[in-house]
Amino acid sequence: MATRTVEFNVSRAPELGASGGLSQAPLLPIESPEPSLGSEHMLLNVGPQHPATHGVLRLVCELDGETVMKVIPHIGYLHSGFEKLGEYRSWNQIVPLTDRMDYLAPLIYNCAYVMSVEKLMGIEVTERCKVVRVILMELDRIFGHLLWLGTTAIDVGAFTPFLYAFQEREKIYKLHEALTGARITTSATRVGGMMADLPEGWAEACRRFVDELPRTVDEVEYLLTTNAIHLGRAQDIGVISAEDAINYGFTGPNLRASGVPYDIRKDRPYYDYETYDFEVPVGEHGDCYDRYLVRMDEIRQSIGIIKQALDRLPGGPINVEDPRISLPSKTDCMSDMESMIHHFKLITEGIHAPAGDSWLSVEASKGELGMYVVSDGGTKPVRWRVRPPSFVNISVLPKLAEGHLMSDLIMINASLDIVLGEIDR
Amino acid sequence: MADSPSSGPASGFDAVEAGLVAPDLPALRGEAATSSHPSVEALRARFGDAVLHHEICSGDQHVVYVEPSQNFEILSFLKDDESQHYEFLSDVTAVDFGGGHPIQVVYQLWSLVHKRQLRVKCELPLSGLKIRSVEPLWKTADWLEREVFDLFGVEFEGHPDLRRILMPDNYAEGHPLRKDFPLRGRFSRAEQTRRALSHNVEDFYISAEMEIGREPQVIPPASEGSAGAFEEER
Repeated sequence: MATRTVEFNVSRAPELGASGGLSQAPLLPIESPEPSLGSEHMLLNVGPQHPATHGVLRLVCELDGETVMKVIPHIGYLHSGFEKLGEYRSWNQIVPLTDRMDYLAPLIYNCAYVMSVEKLMGIEVTERCKVVRVILMELDRIFGHLLWLGTTAIDVGAFTPFLYAFQEREKIYKLHEALTGARITTSATRVGGMMADLPEGWAEACRRFVDELPRTVDEVEYLLTTNAIHLGRAQDIGVISAEDAINYGFTGPNLRASGVPYDIRKDRPYYDYETYDFEVPVGEHGDCYDRYLVRMDEIRQSIGIIKQALDRLPGGPINVEDPRISLPSKTDCMSDMESMIHHFKLITEGIHAPAGDSWLSVEASKGELGMYVVSDGGTKPVRWRVRPPSFVNISVLPKLAEGHLMSDLIMINASLDIVLGEIDR
Repeated sequence: MADSPSSGPASGFDAVEAGLVAPDLPALRGEAATSSHPSVEALRARFGDAVLHHEICSGDQHVVYVEPSQNFEILSFLKDDESQHYEFLSDVTAVDFGGGHPIQVVYQLWSLVHKRQLRVKCELPLSGLKIRSVEPLWKTADWLEREVFDLFGVEFEGHPDLRRILMPDNYAEGHPLRKDFPLRGRFSRAEQTRRALSHNVEDFYISAEMEIGREPQVIPPASEGSAGAFEEER
């Protein structure tokens, strides 16, 4: 974590900065010649359709002048009943529902869901599958952070980083498309493995991408990290202490910006994350600026992890060799009676998961993504619960924003990195 | 596909509406715990009979069933006691098995200090879906409990702002994640459309917001001279 090298005094105190740096004009109370004028709080409805709410989020604000006194978030405009739908789907049919939740980092959702089912069924996926999933999850962490970077910069008036970030995202879209055939709705995983192995040349294309990405990250950092306007909009805005951040259930970069080094990849490692060499960036102030720094550093760490994973990518099968779980190859289906029977049973009936429940959480780009599946031994879950990180993170918005200016509310909301698809489910 | 599950005891809406064939709840449980969990031992020592059952799911996940009437005391002990330190509440959710079985409220805890996980479950009979809110312990529970209330109808006593969160405030069809709730909702599509189109603007605001956005105060008229001058300028 880079420490702050530039500190502008942009507090709203009337004094100029001690270093002669940027400061705002003093805000002096206006002495009104007419004290009888009434002063009232205003009700302002933001959203649900507004570019700065990053989705169909509706905020009802009580304003005193330009100061936000109270924020009441309303969610549910994108509620699709995914969890209810899941109770009518077989275990593998749920995968397409998962990437429609966080459409900004779909592969993390795909992987997390099948991981929880594999945990329930006691399946150990192949070594190759583990490494491929690590690559995909880290790739989508970058994918999600780049979107956050671009849209947040636009919210505070910087247009250029948006173009840089989306240019890089387009390359990840191409990698998604080469692997899964879809750009956003990837549905790449299956219980016990992947929909398909990496296509020829994919690993090389991915390596080219991660080799080139740091240049863009550097350029964007050059534009934002010491940019006086960005500092003024981000520093000391939306501050939350470490203790409060834990109590309010913050996870992911938002929590780490407050100085809590809780990262599931380190604390409850899955897929051999303990053998990868990476650091968990931690902030100290817990404001919008530290959330920015943490995410920028996370992009670099993810690049490192992808490079290590590509180096160690083992050969061998990508799916577990168990006819009750994985589909046989099409060639086998056509020539081998047993394979055809397995294929028929898997397609018509689905996979049977043993009775019981399993909770599994992974470090998604937004925070702790928990998947809780309950089975009664059948081919469909009794309950499929998603613990969406954004849902908990956005619930803290009133605490962060109250007392700030209206324009800071937009910055705070952007800095939380929410995606309404997973909040509303 | 969604409407006609291809296997299992219940198929289609009729079976769902009639109630699922009751699954055997003990069979749904994991294996009774053979290895111990330090927190479960501590709970047993302190709360005795309030700890009902301890099991292990999916290999290494410890689940403890506790008396619903003592959920607050038990969770408060787990959060604040030096030896436990579960300061992070990952999730609050509920599970409905259908067939008249009790609804389980599930708390998923994580201790940052001891790096330990624990799942605490309370079983509530359908006749008394009430449990004490843990919002005073963890602020996370605020929205998570609202969601459980919205989707399952479990009432959390002592919650500061218990209202629907994902479904609209005036949603009249019940609690969608209950097993007796049909996938398409209780009302016909025509009725749902009629209701959607007949919303008042006020329906989109809760009472606290209507209070802020009330009629503006009448500003007392300014003195005669100044008002006249203002008029002339215009």
